[in-house]
Amino acid sequence: MSQRIPAVEISSRELKHNAHEALQDRQLRGNMRKAMDSLIAKRLASMPDDYEREHLREMGNHVRARALSQLPDLLERLEANLTRNGVKVHWAETVDEANAIVLQIAEAHQAKQVIKGKSMVSEEMEMNHFLEARGIEALESDMGEYIIQLDHEKPTHIIMPAIHKNARQVAALFHDKLGEPYTEDVDQLIQTGRRILRQKFFEADIGVSGVNFAVAETGTLLLVENEGNGRMSTTVPPVHIAVTGIEKVVENLRDVVPLLSLLTRSALGQGITTYVNMISGPRQSDELDGPQEVHLVLLDNGRSQAFADGELRQTLNCIRCGACMNHCPVYTRIGGQAYGTVYPGPIGKIISPHLVGLENTPDHPSASSLCGACGEVCPVKIPIPALLRRLREENVKQPDAPHQVMRGQGSKYSASERLLWKGWRLLNTSPLAYRAFGLLATRLRGLTPSNLGPWTQNHSAPKPAPRSLHELAREHLEGKR
Amino acid sequence: MSDLFHNAAPNATRVAPPLPKARQYPAQKPANVYLFGTCVLDLFFPEAGMDAIRLLEREGLRVHFPQGQSCCGQPAYTSGYTEEAREVARAQLALFEQDWPLVVPSGSCAGMIREHYGELFKDEPATLKRAQALAERTFELAEFLLYVCKVEFKDQGAPTRVALHTSCSARREMNTHLHGRALLAQLGNVERVEHDHESECCGFGGTFSVRMPDISGAMVADKTRALQDSGAAQVVSADCGCLLNINGALEKQNAKLRGQHLASFLWQRSGGGR
Amino acid sequence: MSAKANILAKLRNSLAGTQPLADDYDVAMVTEPWRYPAGERIARLRQLMEAVHTETHLTRSADWPALVEQLLADKQLPSLLIAPGTPHGAQLVAHFAGRDGLPALKAYDRPVEEWKAELFDATPASLTGTLGAIAATGSLILWPDRREPRLMSLVPPVHFALLKASSIRDNFYEVQQEQNWAAGMPTNALLVSGPSKTADIEQVLAYGAHGPKDLIVLILEDA
Repeated sequence: MSQRIPAVEISSRELKHNAHEALQDRQLRGNMRKAMDSLIAKRLASMPDDYEREHLREMGNHVRARALSQLPDLLERLEANLTRNGVKVHWAETVDEANAIVLQIAEAHQAKQVIKGKSMVSEEMEMNHFLEARGIEALESDMGEYIIQLDHEKPTHIIMPAIHKNARQVAALFHDKLGEPYTEDVDQLIQTGRRILRQKFFEADIGVSGVNFAVAETGTLLLVENEGNGRMSTTVPPVHIAVTGIEKVVENLRDVVPLLSLLTRSALGQGITTYVNMISGPRQSDELDGPQEVHLVLLDNGRSQAFADGELRQTLNCIRCGACMNHCPVYTRIGGQAYGTVYPGPIGKIISPHLVGLENTPDHPSASSLCGACGEVCPVKIPIPALLRRLREENVKQPDAPHQVMRGQGSKYSASERLLWKGWRLLNTSPLAYRAFGLLATRLRGLTPSNLGPWTQNHSAPKPAPRSLHELAREHLEGKR
Repeated sequence: MSDLFHNAAPNATRVAPPLPKARQYPAQKPANVYLFGTCVLDLFFPEAGMDAIRLLEREGLRVHFPQGQSCCGQPAYTSGYTEEAREVARAQLALFEQDWPLVVPSGSCAGMIREHYGELFKDEPATLKRAQALAERTFELAEFLLYVCKVEFKDQGAPTRVALHTSCSARREMNTHLHGRALLAQLGNVERVEHDHESECCGFGGTFSVRMPDISGAMVADKTRALQDSGAAQVVSADCGCLLNINGALEKQNAKLRGQHLASFLWQRSGGGR
Repeated sequence: MSAKANILAKLRNSLAGTQPLADDYDVAMVTEPWRYPAGERIARLRQLMEAVHTETHLTRSADWPALVEQLLADKQLPSLLIAPGTPHGAQLVAHFAGRDGLPALKAYDRPVEEWKAELFDATPASLTGTLGAIAATGSLILWPDRREPRLMSLVPPVHFALLKASSIRDNFYEVQQEQNWAAGMPTNALLVSGPSKTADIEQVLAYGAHGPKDLIVLILEDA
């Protein structure tokens, strides 16, 4: 993807076009292939024992499913315990509501600077853009997010946002945008980031973070990270606002044990991240640091739509590890930005239709060969290929068909395609018609057109054999009677 | 059958199906088997189907090929036209009612019958039972030869190197890559070579290859490059969809390499002639 | 209706007629693969920590203050932030007492607002205790409190951590159970498994991103 195109121009409705562009970008393809191969290897190296890996995935699936099976109760319990601990809990159905809540808190504190730890939900909210339009600086502190924010890009990956860039590109960026002396030495680039962001942690009025797991039992927000910017953002500024989706709650503290292990190993092949930060309240009267106020914003933004259907509910098992996209042959080739959605890759394809509507992601369910590499590695066993297939079914329904489950149902409804499949069905349920078709195809094989549209873009025109298996088999087997 | 939720309320929270146990194969070779040709093989690789029949007959089995068979229904199913897929699947169900193994020379079609017919008929208890019974006795060709026929091939061909490409559903739903490797390993003069990113999808994905030709094209370009760079003189695959995709791309590239169905390769190497 | 009421109503409606799934938590799954013979815990902890650039030292209860003095000199650190109200803080104060030319010992004894610039810009190192450690993942357990607040182990670029060997446990589940975390969590609990790092640029690992660049763990074998 050319880095000169501002991210806002990449539309989720233009997936095919975006993919076409991305596929031409040799730099991107090279960077992505190398990065994904490395992440694939790291994951496997951290999970070498087949038994442990597969049984822990099953456990992860059960822990997440158990939470979802009692989600409203857990959310109430979470709120009660967080409130008891001194955390203020807010609920938002839409990103507009969520942004309004953040603005209200910012205005109450006359905040001018917000420093952000990594939060994909804040990307759903387009929080930075929202705050900046109101005169409040919102700076990303995660190194990868900081880099792409400098370049006015959207993240390419949910864990490693700048994975599509190489050191040369970052060196040029720091040199151009920050006036730093040009260096491709990664240590020096990181020290530059550290120096600049340290000042921002110091000055910020509000720190914003996401939440990896919210524990109902104890009223605890658990965050993982390697850099320390999350701890900085949630500890130094006087106000901490955590934003998360309503599905991120688990029942018990012990439930985080398997999920934490699955998350860090699936995402980066690490046994654990440098920091696991468990926040259960703001600064107490006898403490000397920590935020005076801690807020949690619980965002729906379409998750309740996925929740309403038993099959689609499984989409919400997700613990945002990124393993699915690391293993996806489509994602590897087109990169994250081509999807035009906050979440790219396989999880992006199954969650985005709920967050922004199928009408805005009409091609996402079809942008997959259903190879199943994603489902094989998902730490919480989301049946991604089955959900993609289900979304395709919703996509080709009549838009006004009853029992609507999805916003944007029927976005790819096509009367002519429907007719085509009815014809296909007729052909395949009538032995006479099938036999006639077989005869036609084989006897007229010489007339196979050389241009078969999208097929012949990548292949020579396939010529049927002179005689079908039906014919050959009958002849062969009749001789045996 | 992987989907256990036939009887649960539609809004029940689902857990993943339990980890599959190793498949138990019939101890004895059966006297009769059905062959499900698959639609792609029927029109484009019929000789592979005949080689499958010959391989099975050489093992002493009687092969039945109901002429009414057509397609497993997968193309419509994966495209979201579930109703159409269901009717085509229903038509196939009616043709294989005897308690004989159903052998399928294609991993993706075998997977469709074994793993997804239950989903199609989850609301029809009587049909569901029949679908489950059929699934129980559906075998992909390679696993059937290996574990039911317990073949022991003697290689009568000249030394050669082959690359094995396994379809994604065959690999992930049916472990076919392991069965294919085991069968090739029986051929003494055949050296199997790995190819780069061997477990990666070739880009066929049924209608994916025509709906998303740019992405699919990039995938098959990489796959054919990897196969050509592997040093293999031949490519072998147990799935006709992949073969159609890979061979079509190789031909358009004017490459010399081609893929052959596993059944044909095994038949020829083990003295089947032609 | 409020957003909360709307959301909960939708979720409850979606679950109508269903029951919560049973809790089938498999303790063995998170403990059995992560058990170590007592004699191997320290070694495993050190191996994992050193793999991510943590500096570790084996020492004893009476000897560690001298070791700290040596390390401060080696690393040319002019001052050390400590908690004099803790036993280990007091022990270090006693060791440094009445001797010239040693690094200054500073105390984190007032709210951060009163000395934030000094904390950020003129506090090169800190020393804290730990609640224990986890051998499975090579992690220190910290529960910051009034005496050793949160930023002590985060802002200074060098962090010394004292760890009693007897407080090392096998795995996170064991720690939670033994210390009954579920009964009540502190405002902030931490697992620290090395100095700060990032691989965000081309997956090349770089240390000292935002948290401490150096983590030095002093393991008290006899404590």
